Amino acid sequence: MREITFWQAINEALREEMERDPAVFLIGEDIGVYGGAYGATRGLIERFGPERVRDTPISENSIVGVAVGAAMTNMRPVAEIMYVDFLGLAMDQIANQAAKIRYMFGGKASVPMVLRTEGGAGRTLGAHHSQSLEAWLLHVPGIKVVMPATPYDAKGLLKSAIRDDNPVVFIEHKMLYRVKGPVPSGDYAIPFGQAVIRRSGRHVTVVALAAMVHKAMVASEKLATQGIDIEVIDPRTLVPFDLETVAESVKKTGRLVVFQESSLCCGFGSEIARVVGEAAFDYLEAPIKVIGTTVPLPSSPVLEAAALPSEQTLIDAVCEVLEGCSRR
Amino acid sequence: MYRAEEAALYADYYRNMLRIRYFEDKVMELLAQNLIDGATHLYAGEEAVAVGACAAINQNDYITSTHRGHGHCIAKGANLREMMAEVFGKATGYCKGKGGSMHIADFDQGNLGANGIVGGSLSIATGAGLSVAMRGSKQVVLCFFGDGASNRGCFHESLNMAAIWKLPVVYVCENNLYAMSGPAKTMIPTPDIAPRAAAYNLPWEIVDGMDVLAVREAIRRAVDRARGGGGSTLVECKTYRYYGHSRSDPRVYRTREEENYWRARDPIKLFREKLLSEHLFADAQLDDIEASVQAEIEDAVQFAINSPLPADDQLYEDLFV
Repeated sequence: MREITFWQAINEALREEMERDPAVFLIGEDIGVYGGAYGATRGLIERFGPERVRDTPISENSIVGVAVGAAMTNMRPVAEIMYVDFLGLAMDQIANQAAKIRYMFGGKASVPMVLRTEGGAGRTLGAHHSQSLEAWLLHVPGIKVVMPATPYDAKGLLKSAIRDDNPVVFIEHKMLYRVKGPVPSGDYAIPFGQAVIRRSGRHVTVVALAAMVHKAMVASEKLATQGIDIEVIDPRTLVPFDLETVAESVKKTGRLVVFQESSLCCGFGSEIARVVGEAAFDYLEAPIKVIGTTVPLPSSPVLEAAALPSEQTLIDAVCEVLEGCSRR
Repeated sequence: MYRAEEAALYADYYRNMLRIRYFEDKVMELLAQNLIDGATHLYAGEEAVAVGACAAINQNDYITSTHRGHGHCIAKGANLREMMAEVFGKATGYCKGKGGSMHIADFDQGNLGANGIVGGSLSIATGAGLSVAMRGSKQVVLCFFGDGASNRGCFHESLNMAAIWKLPVVYVCENNLYAMSGPAKTMIPTPDIAPRAAAYNLPWEIVDGMDVLAVREAIRRAVDRARGGGGSTLVECKTYRYYGHSRSDPRVYRTREEENYWRARDPIKLFREKLLSEHLFADAQLDDIEASVQAEIEDAVQFAINSPLPADDQLYEDLFV
C-alpha cells in the first residue's frame, strides 16, 4: 500500500468529501492559498474555489458560530481553529451552542459540523501554541472528540467526522503531520468508538493518544529487551470511548498506565482511570498510574523536553506498577 | 396595496402584538402564582419590534432570537399552545420541555431559536446567512439582539464577516435602554448603537421601536437590500421593556417616571389609536380581536396544564443524532 503523510491523509479526506458532497465546505484562518498552518488544506482552494475554502478574519468565536449556523441550515461545514490553544476564544459556540442545540431544542435541530484543530508540544513554540486541551471538550456532553495517531486513522476518521450529523472536534497533532504511513486511496471511513491495540502485551496496559502512541511504541521496544511486554492501546476517539477494549486489556494485565501529554489534573487519563477502575477493579494488581504535565509548556528546548512526558517517563511509570522492572 | 388588504394585515399585526402582550402578562401571573418556574425574560413593551420586523419577511426566512424571545417566536408564527407548554416544562412543548422559556425554537417557521447566552445567536445568524448565500436560496435572516449584546465581541466579529462576505442578514438591535441593569447610556459611549455599522462599511438605520409600521418599513428596506444581493444592514429599534430583566428584578436602576413615559407610548395602544383614527376598524372589531386573543391564551394555558410532563427516560434522548 502506498505511504503518505498525515497531512496528506487529512488533505485527501477533505478533498474526497468535498467532491462527494457539495454541502461540505471549509472555513478558517489561512486555509486558502496559504494552505493551512501545517499544509493540511494545500491545493484545495485551487480545486474548489474561495467560497468553499473560505479564509476568515481572526475571529474564532464567530468562525465556530458561523459553522454552527450553517450546519443548522443544511450545510456541512468543516471549521478550523488553527491551534487548540485558541479554543478558549470559541468555547461559547462549542460548548454552549454546538453541543447543546440538538438537546435543548428537543431533537428538532442538528449541528452536523466538524471543528478541526491541532495541538500538542514538541516544536518549542511555548505555552500558547503547545497545549493538549481535549479534556475541556470531554467535560461537555454533546460533542464527539477524535484524536488520530496515524495517517490511516486520520483519513478514515476525518471522513467519519464529516459524515457524522453531530458536532465533532477533530484534534490533529502538530508533530504528526509529516509522519508517513500506509493509507488506502479511495473511500473508507473508520467508525468512532473503536480503539486499536497497537502492540499486544501481557504485563501492563498503556493507553496513549496521538504523538504519545509513538513514544509508547519506542518505550515498548526498550522494555521488551528486559522481557517486559506492554500492551499499547490507542483509543482514537475519546467520545465515544471504547471502554471495552481497555477494560478487557486491564483484566488481562492487571496494570494500567495512561500516558498523556496534556495537563495531569483532570485530563482524559483521570477519566479513563475512573471508568476502568469501576469496570476492572477486581483485576487490578497495582494502582492506576496517570502521567501528564504540570506546568505551562516552556519554549526553551531543554525545558520543553523536561516538561513533556518522554519514553523514559513511561518506562519509569511501568516500573512503578510492575515488580522486576529496571528503569534503565 | 388596496386598503382592504392593508387593513387585513393591520388586523394581523394588532392580533400578534396582543398575543405577545397577553402571553407575557399571563406568564408573569403564572410565575407569581408559582404555577410555573424557571427564568423568564418578558418582551412586554417591545411588541412592535418583533411584529413589525417579522411582517417584513416570509415564512421560510430565518430568524434568530434571544433570551427575551417569546415575542420573536410568536411574531414568527408560533403555536401558542406549544409555547405555553414549553414554558410549563411539558412534553408537548416546542422543545419537549427541555429548552424552556429561554431556548424555544420553531424550525417549521424558520425560527432557529432563542438563546440563553447574550449575543449567542449573532454568529449563528451570520452562519445561516452564509448558508443562504452558498445555497443561492434567496432567503434572508433576521438576527435579533439587544443593546447589551452590542458590546460582545461576537457582535463585531459577526458584522465584520457579514460585511466582507455581503451576507443576507439584517441585524435588528432592540435597544431597550438597559442590558440587565446596565444602562446603555453608561455602557455605550454613543447615544446610538446603529452607527457602529459604519465601522464595518454597512448601512444602518434607527427607527421608533414603538411604531409597528415604522419598524416594518425599515426592516423591509433592509430585507430588500439583502435579498437583492446588497448585503447586511443594522437596524436599531428604540424600545422599552415594561417588566424587569427577569421576574426577580425590582428595577431599581430605572425610574417610575421613565417607565410611565414609555407606557404612554405603548405600541399596542398607539396602533389601536391609529387604526381607529384612520377609520380602518371600529372599536367593537378591535375589542373582538382582544377577546379572541384572550381566549387563545386561556386555551394555551389549559393545554399546558393538561399536558403530560416529560418522562424520565427522555433525559437521554436527543443528545446525539
